[in-house]
Amino acid sequence: MKTRKNVKPTHYINYVVITVAAIVLGILSLVGALPASYQIILENIAIAITLAVSLSMVVGFLGELSLGHAGFMCVGAYLGGKVVYVLSPSIGEIPALLLGFVVGGILAAICGIIIGLPALRLRGDYLAIVTLAFGEIVWSLFMNSSEESFGGALGMPTVRIDKDYLFIIALVVVLICLAVTQNLIRSKHGRAITSIRDNEIAAKATGINVTKYKLAVFAISAFFAGVAGVLLASSNYTVQSQKFNYNYSIEILVMVVLGGMGNINGSIIAAALITFLDIKLQTVLTGELAVMQDLVYALILIVIVIYNNAPGLKAFREKYNFKNLLAKVIKDKNDPSHARDDEAKWDRVPTKIQMDEVLSVDVQVKSPYTPDKAEKGDN
Amino acid sequence: MSKIVLKTENLGISFGGLKAVQNLDLEIKEKQLYGLVGPNGAGKTTVFNMITGVYKPTTGRFLLDGEDLTGKGQEAINHKGIARTFQNIRLFNNMTVIRNVLVGLHNQPEFKCSMVESIFRLPRHFKTEKAMRERAKEILRVVGLEDERNNLSCNLPYGKQRKLEIARALATNPKLLCLDEPAAGMNPNETAELMDIVRHIRDQFNVTILLIEHDMKFVSGLCDEITVLNFGTVLAQGKPEVALSDPEVIKAYIGG
Amino acid sequence: MEIIETIINGFSLGGTYAMIALGYTMVYGIAKMLNFAHGDIIMVGGYTLYVTLAGMGNPIMGLILAVLVCTLLGVTVEKVAYKPLRGASPLAVLITAIGVSYLLQSLAQIIFTSAPRMVYVGGQDGLGYVTIGDLKIQTHIIITLVCSVVIMVVLSLFVKYTKTGRAMIAVSEDKGAAQLMGINVNMIITITFAIGSALAAFAGFFMLMKSPSLTNTLGAMPGIKAFTAAVIGGIGSIPGAMLGGLFIGMIETVAQVVPGMGAYTIAIEFLVLIIVLLVRPTGILGKKRREKV
Repeated sequence: MKTRKNVKPTHYINYVVITVAAIVLGILSLVGALPASYQIILENIAIAITLAVSLSMVVGFLGELSLGHAGFMCVGAYLGGKVVYVLSPSIGEIPALLLGFVVGGILAAICGIIIGLPALRLRGDYLAIVTLAFGEIVWSLFMNSSEESFGGALGMPTVRIDKDYLFIIALVVVLICLAVTQNLIRSKHGRAITSIRDNEIAAKATGINVTKYKLAVFAISAFFAGVAGVLLASSNYTVQSQKFNYNYSIEILVMVVLGGMGNINGSIIAAALITFLDIKLQTVLTGELAVMQDLVYALILIVIVIYNNAPGLKAFREKYNFKNLLAKVIKDKNDPSHARDDEAKWDRVPTKIQMDEVLSVDVQVKSPYTPDKAEKGDN
Repeated sequence: MSKIVLKTENLGISFGGLKAVQNLDLEIKEKQLYGLVGPNGAGKTTVFNMITGVYKPTTGRFLLDGEDLTGKGQEAINHKGIARTFQNIRLFNNMTVIRNVLVGLHNQPEFKCSMVESIFRLPRHFKTEKAMRERAKEILRVVGLEDERNNLSCNLPYGKQRKLEIARALATNPKLLCLDEPAAGMNPNETAELMDIVRHIRDQFNVTILLIEHDMKFVSGLCDEITVLNFGTVLAQGKPEVALSDPEVIKAYIGG
Repeated sequence: MEIIETIINGFSLGGTYAMIALGYTMVYGIAKMLNFAHGDIIMVGGYTLYVTLAGMGNPIMGLILAVLVCTLLGVTVEKVAYKPLRGASPLAVLITAIGVSYLLQSLAQIIFTSAPRMVYVGGQDGLGYVTIGDLKIQTHIIITLVCSVVIMVVLSLFVKYTKTGRAMIAVSEDKGAAQLMGINVNMIITITFAIGSALAAFAGFFMLMKSPSLTNTLGAMPGIKAFTAAVIGGIGSIPGAMLGGLFIGMIETVAQVVPGMGAYTIAIEFLVLIIVLLVRPTGILGKKRREKV
């Protein structure tokens, strides 16, 4: 019997893939063999992955719905971007960028804690709407800032860091974000966090410090959103506050959801694919045709979510799913010890995402073995 | 004379005008198996909810080992040494059996490891993880779930889910373990086995056990002392055979 | 005088928001889902109005057609996108609703392009003014105010006194029990979507009377704001949605009048939302529920 089952190759494959990609593409870029358009795509993919992974901490592992992730990013982009802009003439671009990451990340994390505080009192859809409100407040404040401070409606000028290596820095950021997220989730603290998602009442009764973990997750998640914001600012010549409205938050949420709740690799793939397609399709579909992309995107989203979640399609899903098909090709190694226990199945999560449960903690899980006893007279 | 672990004094709670529990005085001695029985709606689970911090009592207080815990939060009360199971099972359904127990071990001082240590994967992280797993396996062995440890908890049959909940509560190293209808939904064989497990737990972990149960055979076969509640007030207290033959109690159960 | 005008304007805008908020709140109360696509139903109503006006030039006909199209659309969306997900995780339903929202917006853009269309409900010159004593109020404000009050009264009476209305309350309280009592829950959910969407058509009409420019994102921001209104009032509560709508309408109107505040309207509205939720986590008229442990 192996003693350290938590060391699984699948847990580390994402580091390997991203590191190899960073090295290979980095060399190509420094040799001059990587076209600028690909450098830009890579920058955007790295930003999207950072955002998706950090959001998946809140949505996938803590189980709270956040619709304001772009708001944290906005804080990072403006405040961290400002630091880079002000300091880079005197201390050079790279030190300024690193300092920008720290400042943008920390300020976003502080906002995360401020938004995490209502998370202790509110839950479900109500919390979602507070995060949405936060996001809208942030960008509208920057929008109305004076021209000297943050550029107001015109946007704030930023330092465009050299394309040749910004994407390498961005991929390193992705690696750090991944390491922090995965190490945290795959530790006793991660178990505590997922226990809050699975059953908050039971978590409290088991002595888990719910306050501490909620705030920590919000802070860490916001920190990386802030860092992603600084990256975005550095990959453009200006930042526009309108970009960070709720549509952007939802785009990030979609990546997390399509990747699978609590499935980090899934979120990474979804983020990379969506960003890649977005940019590629933009060059193909120009002008009024550009909207075709949104149309297809919306349809795919609806179909996938219905396919994955409709109770009526359960039998069909179990018969023809990717894992089973794969298992037929590759010899099945899925003995229970490989159970992906940090991944959540939607139909098993007693989602807190329901508004009338505001003061309560979770909804009864109806599995065949737990008869619903809520109506039993003994309270 | 063994010492008193849990003492409630005039404990009571009302929701609006409804007095769910009133004037409850309990004295539970160390290593005792104490039963709380009564018809549906008698307020038994409400008592549990008060002494585990889910509800704040409106009157009276309760003490654990002489320390007043009235009004403390659920987490704090758990840290002080009261653990519980739930009438409608509340497991962490997305987790394997062993992870459920590992969550229970989270706050044990011997498994201390800060978030920073975990994030940077310092040596203590690995040491703690390994030690926690060993300890979790031991606890699972006591309730007979060691072989199921890598299954998802929601895939366990009902009786085993109840046992897992007990194991998780036990992992928090409580002084007082509160079991809310541990035998509900079990067949006679499982119930008999559970009685052995409960006794075994008490002896091996030196824990005092307070339990709610409807199965009178279970209660009279297991408990040293019981309290019968009806409409939130105490009907009878004492040895099971004495308390259950009290005319008031018989009236409450049979009606009339 | 200016104060009274502002108040009347606020009530009128509040009426529009209340119309939309009612849609959110009723659907939430009955189907327990956040219909993020609700705002875009308004936009579809707007385009229906635009097409009818271009064809027949009759705004009343346009309104009637808009109500019909929106009702049909609301019911279709419910049947196609939300019904298969009944019983699934609320998050899944929410994401689907977001998908529907994108779908409607992009379809509208494909059909009508992204260029704004002008919808002059009262002809090119607008609807003019009504003067009462010293007060000079735009006609569309009065129309909006009167219509929304009438609709709200009718809706309240409908819910309170008709069989269908009472069935709606029953379903929102306890779906399972309502079904056992012989209520056709699916039918009630369909009716709720129909009513909500019809109200959205009215809201679209009011909005276009106020400012004639129509794009495919017409309903997006008002939708979010009305949702905020519904939450402030206590989602699931019909009087709450009306109150919340008026509240948001009033804040917005006042913020536009006070010098220097106009730009911060959005920030102020959402700040109010956060404060209300922190003080009363279920909104002003929302019900508190407690789960059994």
